[in-house]
Amino acid sequence: MQGLTQATLEFVKQYWAPLVCGLAIVAVLPLIVGYVVLVERKLMADMQARLGPMRVGPHGLLQPIADAVKLLIKEDIIPDDADKLVFWLAPVLSVGAALLAMAGLAIGPAFQIAKDINIGILFVVGVSALGIFGIVLGGWASNSHYSLMGALRSSAQLVSYETAAGMALVCGLLFAGTLNITSIVQAQHEQGMWFGLLAPVAFFVYLVASIAETNRAPFDLPEAESELVAGYMTEFSGFRWSLYFLAEYTNMIVVASVATTLFLGGWLRPFPRTHWLDFIDFLPPLLLVAIGVYCLMRTPKQPARVQQLFMLAVAGLCFTVAVVLAAPVLLRTPFVNPSLASAAKPFYEGIHGGFWFIFKVSAYLYFFMWLRFTIPRYRFDQLMRLGWHFLIPLSIINVLLIGIAMIAGSYLHLEGGWLLLATIPASIIALIVALFILAMEQKSERQQAGGATPDPYA
Amino acid sequence: MPLRILMLDQVIFYFFAAIAVVSAILTVTRRNVVHSAIFLITALLATAGIFLQLRAEFLFIVQIILYVGGIMVLFVFVIMLVNLDVAVRQLQFARQKWVAMLISLALAAQVGLMLWSTGKMPGQGMPVLVAAPVDKLPPNSEAVARSLFETYLLPFEIASVLLLVAMIGAVVMAKKRA
Repeated sequence: MQGLTQATLEFVKQYWAPLVCGLAIVAVLPLIVGYVVLVERKLMADMQARLGPMRVGPHGLLQPIADAVKLLIKEDIIPDDADKLVFWLAPVLSVGAALLAMAGLAIGPAFQIAKDINIGILFVVGVSALGIFGIVLGGWASNSHYSLMGALRSSAQLVSYETAAGMALVCGLLFAGTLNITSIVQAQHEQGMWFGLLAPVAFFVYLVASIAETNRAPFDLPEAESELVAGYMTEFSGFRWSLYFLAEYTNMIVVASVATTLFLGGWLRPFPRTHWLDFIDFLPPLLLVAIGVYCLMRTPKQPARVQQLFMLAVAGLCFTVAVVLAAPVLLRTPFVNPSLASAAKPFYEGIHGGFWFIFKVSAYLYFFMWLRFTIPRYRFDQLMRLGWHFLIPLSIINVLLIGIAMIAGSYLHLEGGWLLLATIPASIIALIVALFILAMEQKSERQQAGGATPDPYA
Repeated sequence: MPLRILMLDQVIFYFFAAIAVVSAILTVTRRNVVHSAIFLITALLATAGIFLQLRAEFLFIVQIILYVGGIMVLFVFVIMLVNLDVAVRQLQFARQKWVAMLISLALAAQVGLMLWSTGKMPGQGMPVLVAAPVDKLPPNSEAVARSLFETYLLPFEIASVLLLVAMIGAVVMAKKRA
């Protein structure tokens, strides 16, 4: 017994930092997700020439908190004929898998819960794919046709697009030569080139597949409200529904982080090895100062006293973060004592790495939202055709050709940016071949069908 | 220090082993097929946990991606498409009772023999597989890749061709019926 308590103590002593980080993620993530939703609503409003949420807080800044409170105190309804236990388990599974996947991600070189695991990116991808069980079981347990149809669509969609996404990841991993997340980013630092530029087709395939895997528009068939009410979440209300919501947005953040790590250089700033571009380090603090000044300018225009105070608080937060971002950069300038500069180096890498990582993830999420408001929803057979007839052949041919290009590159001693000479033609050839296959298939199908319209629900 | 690590190893091993065995039994005995599938998933995840306890992290994630994320998703998908009301009403344990008993007895004897012959393992008589020390293992996925693509390249390629043939065969048969 004593041995057991001692072992526990030893365990806690060894792992307190990851435990604290894990708690922080679980505690802060719902808030972040709430604000991602607010940004999404504001963007949608902007693209549709509206204002979006404006009532709660200045410019609706407190809307997520109001929404969360509303969802928490809503009545919890379980349908009579539902399978109670599975109904209870399903949202928990979804959110648990999404949160567990966050453990493998590295937000900057300093902040990673499961540090330096050998299987890094595989862990993130594999564990986040488990969230599908939450959707499928939830749809089944509701004992409703809409829910079941949504669940079936969701699992079909995931199975079809996971192959393409996996092949796209393989392309990036070919360049990295490792699965470890830290080493992947370091490989991009040494290469001096984001893998997304070396393999643009792979990045494109991963982008499309990641939208389909997170069930986002234009591929949000599992919850297409015009056909299926709300798909697998039809019978869920209140807190359970919000768990599904949390899982969906966490999954978005996870796929965005995987894409950022593998294709967009992770936490590296643009041009990390070009020293005459070091002034880029000053852009993040300047950006935050600009946002803070803008908030100050808007403060007198707020109607209520509370809202003015809140605006001031937001401005203050921006200035504080700007100072935190600027301090390590200023310490690294040549006028400062070199020992102090070397002491500031880990802080510089941690803080600025975190900034660039979050910036790239936000840009990726912005692109997701942009697509959602731009492209209408696909029909289910169109989705399946895109997955099986275009993306999967494209990704397989792409892996093959990128591999050949890398061998050719090593024979010709192409390094860094020169590797582009080999990989870009390979990507273009892969794209052409895949398009050719698609065209041939469509031609033969048209001959077989003899001009009859295809069954849209086949 | 080694004793304490052993303790933690034992706790984790028996935890996952118990989950795996209990959920494997429940997989067979549940009447509801979806519940069976959930317990099968639990059993597979617990097995993955044991792989992790043995510091075979590559096997751990392959188990999760292939079995749980791939095969089980297809299982659940098919379960939901097929009308199972008929299946539930049918007798669950049918004709193969005697054959099954014979096989499980043989299996039990084999496991018992293994436990008996190993005698005292490092965990004070309690049989537990102890993980290799951290610094003595080569990086897991690299080691697997090396043995697959260097030592056992030919068997690996033969197996791949076999799988490819099976895949094409499945597609051809499905096309013929449509």
